[in-house]
Amino acid sequence: MIPLNKKRSIWQRLHLDLPLLIALMAMMVASLAIVYSASGQDSAMMVRHATRMFGAVLGMFILAQFSPNTLKSMVIPLYCVGLLMLVGVLLFGVSSKGAQRWLDLGVTRFQPSELMKIAVPMMVAWYIGRNHLPPRVIHLIIGFAIVMVPTVLIKEQPDLGTSILIASSGIFVLFLSGLSWRLIGFFSATIALAAWPFWHYGMHDYQRQRVLTFLDPESDPLGSGYHIIQSKIAIGSGGIEGKGWLQGTQSQLEFLPERHTDFIFSVLSEEFGLFGVCLLLCMYLFIIGRGLYIAVNAQDAFGKLLAGALTLTFFVYVFVNIGMVSGLLPVVGVPLPLISYGGTSMVTLMAGFGIIMSIATDKRMLLK
Amino acid sequence: MRKHRPTIRDHSAEANLFARRAFVGFVFVTLLIGVLLSNLYNIQVIDHQDYQTRSNDNRIKVIPIAPNRGLIYDRNGVLLAENKPVYNLEVIPEDVDDLDKALTAVQQIIDISEQQKADFLDDIKHNRRFKSQVLKSRLNETEVAKFSVNQHKFPGFSIEARLARYYPYGDTLTHALGYVAKLNKKELTKLEAEDQATNYRATHDIGKLGIEKYYEELLHGMVGSQRVEVNNRGRVIRTLSLTPPEPGHDLVLTLDIGLQQIAQHALKDMRGAVVVLDAKDGGVLALYSNPSYDPNLFVHGISSKDYKELLNPDRPLINRTTQGRYAPASTVKPHMAILALEEGLVTEQTQIWDPGFFQIPNVEHKWRDWRRWGHGHVDVYKAIEESCDTYFYDVAYRLGITKISDFMTQFGFGELSGIDIHEETTAIMPSKEWKEARFRESWWRGDTISVGIGQGYWTATPMQIANATNILVNRGLDHPPHLVQVAKKENEVTQINNEEKPPVVLKNPHHWQIALDAMHNTVHKVTGTAHKAFKGATYDPAGKTGTAQVVSIAQGERYDAKSLKERQRDNAIYIGFAPYNDPQIVVSVVVENTGGGSTVGAPIARQLMDYYFSANPIQTAQSDAP
Repeated sequence: MIPLNKKRSIWQRLHLDLPLLIALMAMMVASLAIVYSASGQDSAMMVRHATRMFGAVLGMFILAQFSPNTLKSMVIPLYCVGLLMLVGVLLFGVSSKGAQRWLDLGVTRFQPSELMKIAVPMMVAWYIGRNHLPPRVIHLIIGFAIVMVPTVLIKEQPDLGTSILIASSGIFVLFLSGLSWRLIGFFSATIALAAWPFWHYGMHDYQRQRVLTFLDPESDPLGSGYHIIQSKIAIGSGGIEGKGWLQGTQSQLEFLPERHTDFIFSVLSEEFGLFGVCLLLCMYLFIIGRGLYIAVNAQDAFGKLLAGALTLTFFVYVFVNIGMVSGLLPVVGVPLPLISYGGTSMVTLMAGFGIIMSIATDKRMLLK
Repeated sequence: MRKHRPTIRDHSAEANLFARRAFVGFVFVTLLIGVLLSNLYNIQVIDHQDYQTRSNDNRIKVIPIAPNRGLIYDRNGVLLAENKPVYNLEVIPEDVDDLDKALTAVQQIIDISEQQKADFLDDIKHNRRFKSQVLKSRLNETEVAKFSVNQHKFPGFSIEARLARYYPYGDTLTHALGYVAKLNKKELTKLEAEDQATNYRATHDIGKLGIEKYYEELLHGMVGSQRVEVNNRGRVIRTLSLTPPEPGHDLVLTLDIGLQQIAQHALKDMRGAVVVLDAKDGGVLALYSNPSYDPNLFVHGISSKDYKELLNPDRPLINRTTQGRYAPASTVKPHMAILALEEGLVTEQTQIWDPGFFQIPNVEHKWRDWRRWGHGHVDVYKAIEESCDTYFYDVAYRLGITKISDFMTQFGFGELSGIDIHEETTAIMPSKEWKEARFRESWWRGDTISVGIGQGYWTATPMQIANATNILVNRGLDHPPHLVQVAKKENEVTQINNEEKPPVVLKNPHHWQIALDAMHNTVHKVTGTAHKAFKGATYDPAGKTGTAQVVSIAQGERYDAKSLKERQRDNAIYIGFAPYNDPQIVVSVVVENTGGGSTVGAPIARQLMDYYFSANPIQTAQSDAP
């Protein structure tokens, strides 16, 4: 606990958590370097990337200024608006690459599923946190419904990656709230049993194909297995020390697909080797550890649950992305958090960290 | 679950519960990161070598580079076959956004037929999208310029240059040079069997005919290669190493393009063949078969319309010099005379009486002389000079087919001349065995009679006739005919075709002189059949005319050119050499269905000799002739 008499530091006044901030900044610098290499040294792309980073950091900073209580009051409208927009996307959305994920707002295009990445854990955390922990069965069922409605809507777009992220963020809240291990075991068994009908009726052909080629990528080396094979070649050829920055042949010669977005981890592995990979994973572990530390020390149940769920969801990004590009998991479109090029996910992630920082610094204000 | 829930929240209990769960979460996270790391360790450390190799296979490509095909020159260094750059409009489909739109736009600039467009669309369907495909081949300069100006509007379209064979003399040399054309599947299979497929990796064309085919191996050269780094679309990023190709050998022919042109000019629109040999070494100075065709048509793939036109009754595709089978007719009379002298059937002085026909004793059938009233008393000289048939009917009858056949085979009749092109036939030197095998019939004495004047079953190619004459004028020395003199590569010159065949040896070498003198008289005596054609020649020629029946004339009927169909009229033949005392060239001329060895054949030989001796004046002016 922070001593009461100690003067509040500049960082506390700015509602920023210094260790987390340093770690995030370090990741962004690394991101700039890797995207520069992955884009084939495209400086125009660098400028766009840096601009978005700046916007994302600004968003984080602004969100950090809201107190958790203010956030609580915004939960219901945010969730409802998000839900409406998801329905809107399915009805009037703009298609891109075979999926309908965007709402055209005239001035800009907006992806409502990104909003839900924040709104869903907030809503569940607020709902579960209102009551005693561990939650009662009825609260669990309602909490689960709060998670599943947007999850199913997003899966229909179709966007499997995001729906997994949103489902896990909600389920993490339930887990952290003290969901009994017996129930966890029961749900796990149910999911395992449900997997079979889901495989047959719940997935699109292209998703099934991805899973199949994931199981045996060499079966279709020029078709859908191509991505995984090329990615593994990039990672494997990097070895322990890597080929050196800007020297990765798989990425520089464009054998690697989606180099600067979903497959950026392969670029990093090729150019910096196992050494760079370890460093990256340590950074992630530190960020996750710090996020959980903040969650444990949060002032109320809402803060604890939200900070914890956002942190663990951040890990889901890491695990799904790295698992996917290294051939452990099927290919689902999840970016490598804080490293991949792309504004939307960066903004959402940083917004999450803004909320975590708000929770981190709020405690001290109350104790004052 | 607890039944009685306290109304006041136990914050510290909740905090503890949460802390436990967060800790479990963190442990879980650490474990999963461990799983990721162990998998990455497997890929990056354990299987590193394998992936390293596959990464190199990805990026390093070996691009074969075609060697430049050797050039072909005539004996005086005139270029006969060269390599010229051609420009093709090629497209990489992957790099084109809207192919239909782009094609329509290109058609506004360059004329592209619907057929070319359809072929192109078919090609891209059957190939990977990053592979360049030819939209239009052989652009002319205007088209190249027009497209280059608009190049920036067509990403994915480019003009590519490569070397293609070009024959500046067109149809003058087709039957000697042959041509190259696109390598086909059958040839590729053959190259694979010969372990040559790698050498042809970058090669588009292969020799199909003539010298181009015969000397394919020398002309082609060795493929080179370039190790390059490529990106995923196969575009070359940089060259890692280069092994330059080794160009093919240049060939210098024995042909004289000037003489060749004279031959073409002299034959005009008559069907026929001309062979001129260098009497000293058997080198072919001219080899021309009429009608001919433009070999350049075949280099880029002949259109079916053009090809159909070549399948006309005049058969331009046939090389008449080596594939045309003609009765050698009276041109073999000197050889026949030598055989008769050697066998002692006649002597220099022996005379026979020619009433205008020959009859086998006790047989009704009359073998007619070309002069219906006969030549009177005939000795061996007169028999050759005036081309008396009866004399040789008699000689042949007495020699019998086996002796004739054995002797004539030594002069190359019925055998491949060994000329260095593959398009050759042995023609027929008849024998008892041959007739048995061919017709399952035994040889009749009567069959031998017309063989005596080079008719009957006997056929020969103009090349064989020239070769037999060459052996005769060299008094038995046999220099096999050939087209290529030397192969050159940089400064290294290789002599080819200098082998000799065993000579024809006579019991009495004076018999050569008798035959050659008679051929000399044929041109110089007023009664000689070639006298008129060579009047006023500045060199000293000798020769022998021949007029070959294409159909046999019934007993008691006369040959009347007008009453016969064009294709049944006689062939005109002439063999000649000059100068008489030291022969430098040997000429053989065959003209189809014009009749008149002396009126059609000999004047063509005259033109060839006139040209040759004006271009190559005789150094030591000495002549036995008056």
